[in-house]
Amino acid sequence: MRTVAVVGASLAGLSAARSLRKQGYDGRLVLIGDETHRPYDRPPLSKEFLAGGLGEADLALETDGEDLGAQWLLGARATGLDATARAVRLADGREIRADGFVIATGAAARRLPGSDGLTGVHVLRTLDDARALRDELARGGRLVVIGGGFVGAEVASTAYALGLDVTVVEAAPTPLAAPLGREMGGIVSALHLDHGVRLLCGVGVKGLSGERKVEAVLLEDGRSIPADLVVVGVGARPCVEWLEGSGITLDDGVKCGADGRTSLSGVVAVGDCANWYDPRAGRHRRVEHWTGAQERPAAAVATLLAGGAVEPGVPRPPYFWSDQYGVKIQFAGHAAGADSVTVEEGAPDDRNVLAVYRRAGQPVAVLGMNQPRLFTRWRKQLAAAS
Amino acid sequence: MMIPACRLADLPRGEAFRLDIDPPVSVFHTDDGEVFAIDDTCTHQDASLADGWLEGCEVECPLHASKFDLRTGAVDSPPAKLPVRTHEVLIEDGMIHVRVSTDAPNLPPCVAARLAGGPA
Ligand SMILES: Cc1cc2nc3c(=O)[nH]c(=O)nc-3n(C[C@H](O)[C@H](O)[C@H](O)COP(=O)(O)OP(=O)(O)OC[C@H]3O[C@@H](n4cnc5c(N)ncnc54)[C@H](O)[C@@H]3O)c2cc1C
Ligand code: FES
Repeated sequence: MRTVAVVGASLAGLSAARSLRKQGYDGRLVLIGDETHRPYDRPPLSKEFLAGGLGEADLALETDGEDLGAQWLLGARATGLDATARAVRLADGREIRADGFVIATGAAARRLPGSDGLTGVHVLRTLDDARALRDELARGGRLVVIGGGFVGAEVASTAYALGLDVTVVEAAPTPLAAPLGREMGGIVSALHLDHGVRLLCGVGVKGLSGERKVEAVLLEDGRSIPADLVVVGVGARPCVEWLEGSGITLDDGVKCGADGRTSLSGVVAVGDCANWYDPRAGRHRRVEHWTGAQERPAAAVATLLAGGAVEPGVPRPPYFWSDQYGVKIQFAGHAAGADSVTVEEGAPDDRNVLAVYRRAGQPVAVLGMNQPRLFTRWRKQLAAAS
Repeated sequence: MMIPACRLADLPRGEAFRLDIDPPVSVFHTDDGEVFAIDDTCTHQDASLADGWLEGCEVECPLHASKFDLRTGAVDSPPAKLPVRTHEVLIEDGMIHVRVSTDAPNLPPCVAARLAGGPA
């Protein structure tokens, strides 16, 4: 293999580039990213960076003096992949030919239809989004967060600490029920109420009102919640439109095997855009968490370099963390398959919990709130129990 | 400075013991039976590496998965970028002692600020 092109220059792309060099690839390496920034860390965007405690330099994912011997094409958007000619097409008309391709284009924040052109309405995915939101939060006022998922909850927590008046609106009866289950989703989302952040559940958003600037969030039950600022945190969609017509199989992202291989030879996919086969769950899953985007490229790159001749190990169960209202939340595994959840340590009322999810008596997931030590032990046990 | 930590017999393989000095230091007993001491605080944020995932000669931070090499203190990948200090270990009469490095520690900004602001 003479040239490898990595499309998407963020966490998963950088990790793939590092893995390539670590695994002995010494050919030409091209990194293509549509943002103009060098790879940066997203988790702080809803936490310390938004709160003003971290600057932009602190977000850098590369270490000082790190040199991957790569060619960086930043501010360059890929618009197509030609599998026959083995080339990536860029928006400016350039074509990058390569023998191997790593797809790492991540995901993009979903927007609220009809909110375009209204100032005061934000999503949070990129550094540019976070800069804009941080500047507006500094002015204070009433914030309505649409969506009670992790990013929405973290924005609410950060804004509350900055002194804003915060309301969270969630369409589902319990926030975080999909990742954590109803019971634990309820316990974690009760953090909002502990701090006097209003939580309105089980009600959808009909739209926004305001002429040029947003003035209120209109709910489906007829209520109108006044707002100076709105953050839309309703999830993300995989950035794979550019692959349409390339012949690659798409299904909620790029469909790939447990080793990252896609339906096209010499093409692997990693990170938030990849819908991996998960041997533990026995099905494909798209996991939008930091640790997977960082860890799994090593396996995908091994597949790419070996021409698909490697046996992938079983990856560790998916893991993520979240920080809300000073509480460290950690989760590993799959809550969906569980038939019971028990609190093994701590007390939900103290927001200090180690809970284990089981199916037919076997642990399938673990949740920690301010329990890093026990959580690590359970996470290890979970990884071993497969 | 040589500090007694704990008895080797009280530290099973695969476990860590945190010495509550300032900044804290942790002693790891690997599955292979080796003993190492490194700074306990992750260089990224305020996490205790003694709470982390020990595998071979590496400990993974319990929060964001950067791995530190117990032999060299080196970190493998982000979000942590700086190494931790390593400390000399001496085992005498079954007691583990740690000679704390005189190098400056790489503490995360939040912890460094707290120590700087606290009593000397
Ligand atoms: C605000 C926020 C907070 C988070 N907090 C946590 C947390 O606490 N814990 C946790 O586990 N996870 C967290 N995450 C999730 C984590 O950041 C992601 O899982 C991770 O960034 C995924 O990395 P990635 O490289 O796959 O995708 P991304 O980081 O999305 O990077 C993809 C890159 O590809 C670029 N790109 C897209 N399309 C193209 C194209 N056509 N051509 C060229 N480039 C393209 C994008 O602009 C982007 O730079 C958070 C995410 C956000 C947004
Ligand atoms: S606190 Fe250790 S990696 Fe973040």
